[in-house]
Amino acid sequence: MASVVELESVSKLYGTFVALRKISLHIEQGRCCVLLGENGAGKSTLLRMIAGLIRPTHGSVRIFGEKPHDSSHRIGYMSHAPMLYEEFSAAENLRYFAALYRERDCMSPEEALAAVGLDPTLKRPVGHYSQGMRQRASLARVLLAKPDLLLLDEPFSNMDAASAKQMLDLLAGLRIQDKTIVLTTHQRELAEPLADSLLTLQAGSVVSLVERSAGVQR
Amino acid sequence: MRPPYFLQHLAKDLRLEWRSRDAVNSMLFFALLVVVIFSLAFDPTRAESRQIAGPILCVAILFAAVSALNQAWARELRNSVLDAHRMTPAPAAALFLGKVIANFIFVSAVELLLAPLFAIFYNLHPLGNVWLMLLAVPAGTWAILVNGTFFAALSIRSRNRELLLPLILFPIFMPALLGMALATSAVLSGETDPTWWIELLFGYDVIFTTISMLLFDLVLHAED
Repeated sequence: MASVVELESVSKLYGTFVALRKISLHIEQGRCCVLLGENGAGKSTLLRMIAGLIRPTHGSVRIFGEKPHDSSHRIGYMSHAPMLYEEFSAAENLRYFAALYRERDCMSPEEALAAVGLDPTLKRPVGHYSQGMRQRASLARVLLAKPDLLLLDEPFSNMDAASAKQMLDLLAGLRIQDKTIVLTTHQRELAEPLADSLLTLQAGSVVSLVERSAGVQR
Repeated sequence: MRPPYFLQHLAKDLRLEWRSRDAVNSMLFFALLVVVIFSLAFDPTRAESRQIAGPILCVAILFAAVSALNQAWARELRNSVLDAHRMTPAPAAALFLGKVIANFIFVSAVELLLAPLFAIFYNLHPLGNVWLMLLAVPAGTWAILVNGTFFAALSIRSRNRELLLPLILFPIFMPALLGMALATSAVLSGETDPTWWIELLFGYDVIFTTISMLLFDLVLHAED
């Protein structure tokens, strides 16, 4: 099966601070890799690097066999921040981003919002949403362009149990569609049923890699 | 047929400003302040007004534009929307062009509101071809905004971005400021022909718009 994410001995330094240290990771298509670790372990940095938003100081990153920047249109990235305009409603934001992804076969904004359990007719601006609603609106933005690789940074944070369960069901559905998922979380018990591999980071280094099925190699 | 990408960005910026009116309100207040303070400080005669009104108008527009440019990318920085832009397949130059045109519309609106007040405060009776002002002022405004929007994007990752922007912008903008001030003075006094200065402004605009659009992709994808 084709490798979607290929990291070869990747390091990231900010001055003398080592954010990531010699990380190698291959994730094949349709797999789900869960990144675990304490705050500051380097999970978000690793995710941003796979998204092509930061470059490695050493090592190489290939996504779908290309540089991350060249395949960014196939990547859906959800960060801590919702990456949406606060003054627009979720539907307005999604309509705007759908116009920017016009070359891809996008979902309709209404479909994407319904998929995450948000009311597409809601007129309230995103700035007035609760944290949980922002999180869902952000996921709807990610789903909009039907990405082949989903990078989700703490997707279950700020969510109640029912919403988290709904999110898990949604991610399970995406896996059936052969989407590749890399997510970070502190809530190991939530993500574990979904994971093909659990990678634990500490101070920028991999301390353990548990493979629950074939497809991921250290 | 779908509208070009830059029109999508432009429509977005216009709608965002329509809802908040942050940029226009701050610019209008700032420009009014400059115009009123200078008119009280100098108390010029009609002849003096024709000489100094052009440069004062340019300074008022420059300072007002800088107050708006400091906020030009604030909405994209908030909630990391800029990261979402970095990952879309839409060309970076379209995001830049949409932002420059939106800023141009905001500053032009302020200029239109300012023009009658300016004429009253400085008791202006232009002796030259006043229609040439319709070329000189927009060309000078575009020069500020195309550079200002570019350098505002360049400085957004800096902690001192509000200080950094005028420090980078003013030296680069100096030839255009000179052209704009001399062209408006020439129109108001009627003593010299402003055509050469207007041509300089248009030349400046073409060069800096092209350079900024070509380089914006590098600026957008620069790391934190």
